[in-house]
Amino acid sequence: MRPSSARLLNILVPVKRAVDYAVKIRVNPQQTGIDLNVKHSMNPFDEIAVEEAVRIRERLAKDGSLEPVTITALTIGPAKSVETLRTALAMGADSAIHVEIPESAPAPEPLGVAKAIRALIDKQEQVDIVILGKQSIDDDLGQTGQMLAGLLNWGQATFASKIDLDLGQKTALVTREIDGGHEQVRVKFPLIVTTDLQPRYASLPNIMKAKKKPVRKFKPEDLGVSLEPQMETVKVTEPPKRVGGTKVESVDELVEKLKAAGFTAV
Amino acid sequence: MLPRRTIVLCRSFLRRTYASASAPHTLIFLEHRQGVLESGSLSALTAASQLGGRVTGLVVGSSEHVPTVVESVKRLKGLTRLLHSTSDLYAQQLPETLAPLLEKLVSGLEYTHVVSTPSSLAKSLLPRVAAKLDVPSVSEITSLDHDVGSSSTTFTRPIYAGNAISTVRLSASIPVKFFTVRATNFEPASMEDSQDIEVTAVDPVEVTDSTTEHISTQLAKSDRPDLSVAGRVVSGGRPLKNAETFAATLYPLADVLGAAVGASRAAVDAGYTDNSLQVGQTGKVVAPELYIAIGISGAIQHLAGMKDSKMIVAVNKDPDAPIFQVADVGLVADLYEAVPQIIEKLKQ
Repeated sequence: MRPSSARLLNILVPVKRAVDYAVKIRVNPQQTGIDLNVKHSMNPFDEIAVEEAVRIRERLAKDGSLEPVTITALTIGPAKSVETLRTALAMGADSAIHVEIPESAPAPEPLGVAKAIRALIDKQEQVDIVILGKQSIDDDLGQTGQMLAGLLNWGQATFASKIDLDLGQKTALVTREIDGGHEQVRVKFPLIVTTDLQPRYASLPNIMKAKKKPVRKFKPEDLGVSLEPQMETVKVTEPPKRVGGTKVESVDELVEKLKAAGFTAV
Repeated sequence: MLPRRTIVLCRSFLRRTYASASAPHTLIFLEHRQGVLESGSLSALTAASQLGGRVTGLVVGSSEHVPTVVESVKRLKGLTRLLHSTSDLYAQQLPETLAPLLEKLVSGLEYTHVVSTPSSLAKSLLPRVAAKLDVPSVSEITSLDHDVGSSSTTFTRPIYAGNAISTVRLSASIPVKFFTVRATNFEPASMEDSQDIEVTAVDPVEVTDSTTEHISTQLAKSDRPDLSVAGRVVSGGRPLKNAETFAATLYPLADVLGAAVGASRAAVDAGYTDNSLQVGQTGKVVAPELYIAIGISGAIQHLAGMKDSKMIVAVNKDPDAPIFQVADVGLVADLYEAVPQIIEKLKQ
């Protein structure tokens, strides 16, 4: 781990390799999961998390702050997940940690992931902010950040759309997307943020540079955590198909169908 | 050896009998906003009742709002007991201050299940508490089945933006089963006139030196129905150009139908409207009687939030847009020409 220094603002960004958002997924014939022989990429919300960490560093540089920011990307997954770490490094992360699990191992659940991240934080001297995506687009559980905050007893700001740091006070003013609008909360360091923001794309020179940045490897046993799922997946099935696909020729016909179904002006 | 083995078997049998004797007891986190019960909580209550045991409600908030909520909630069908906790601390509902209370209630192991609607608050709170109790949490379930004999609960839930349905089982080894309920899959619980249930005040759990402070809240004000409960929804996508044309095109149609307004992620990202109106995998999931998609191509992430609507109507210039594969009524047309005509003809 990096040497500890009071002058460092340390940001940890856990990322996940997931089936690319544009892929139309297919359930496998054994009904045990989906066909994973498809394009994978970084979970989109994690891209946003990496991007926000990089923006925080850029904003602090602009403000003339001498506070150096280190950004560590972290992933838990099979060997191929290192690609996802390279993407994070190309986007601007300084170093990466890979907790490697066998290709055949079942996908870890949020609680296992949160425990592994906690164990890594315990090993590392200082983490001020953990920024995660608000959910992964494969299991759609949306829990890891909150579970980590619970395990560490840290403050949490979920569904963040804006983060302003006050390094003097060691607090973050975070705008959160909530049902029906948004709210601001002030959270003390160290804290957990889950994001809902805009990413940018890695340029080729940065992708090349990323290949030289360090990736440290761990196994779950090194961290003393089990990534065995607690939820037993009984089966995975196709959703019921919707019978749609009827087109009409004109607005008249459309409104006729609406009225026939009982939808009239109120 | 043999007798001893018999004894061991007997013991494990007894233990199992004991486990099966305990019927489920569910704690439901009933959510309200400024004293008004969230409608999703009613669907969560229906799901909780389906577990087949007792259901205890929990209402938390300031002294200004809790009494009102308690009055309406105690008449809810399916509730067997109601707990409420009042504190200035709970006036702004932060996961950091609510978690210790929930943790205290649940760690007594009286409850076998903890449930709520997947609101932004509950999604922030439940996993935090589950982790402290070292148990998993199941998000946005669409059906459930509890087996009293084995004390296991089986849930179904959509994964991969609703393109697959996962069936998962939480066994007896997980003493408290946390889950949130997708409101569109469960009828809301009804009110009963005469119901006399036990209502108990619970002491708040003081949180000193909280990590988190609420600063301000801004809610988008609208006279239109709330998106998540509306019977009719009119949604717009990227071709609506900007916030002005989005409003000028969609609002009159929504108003003539008495519908709520929704949006695709593209429309939200482009700044046409508030994030809270986003329909899809990472926004709201709706299943109204009527869903009208205007200028929405129908990306899988959007379909995840609306494909259970009873009737889907789509207006799009591109005849190959995926939205037409799910639409009951599709019209290939320029939305700027078609929408004003639809409004005109609906009024006739």
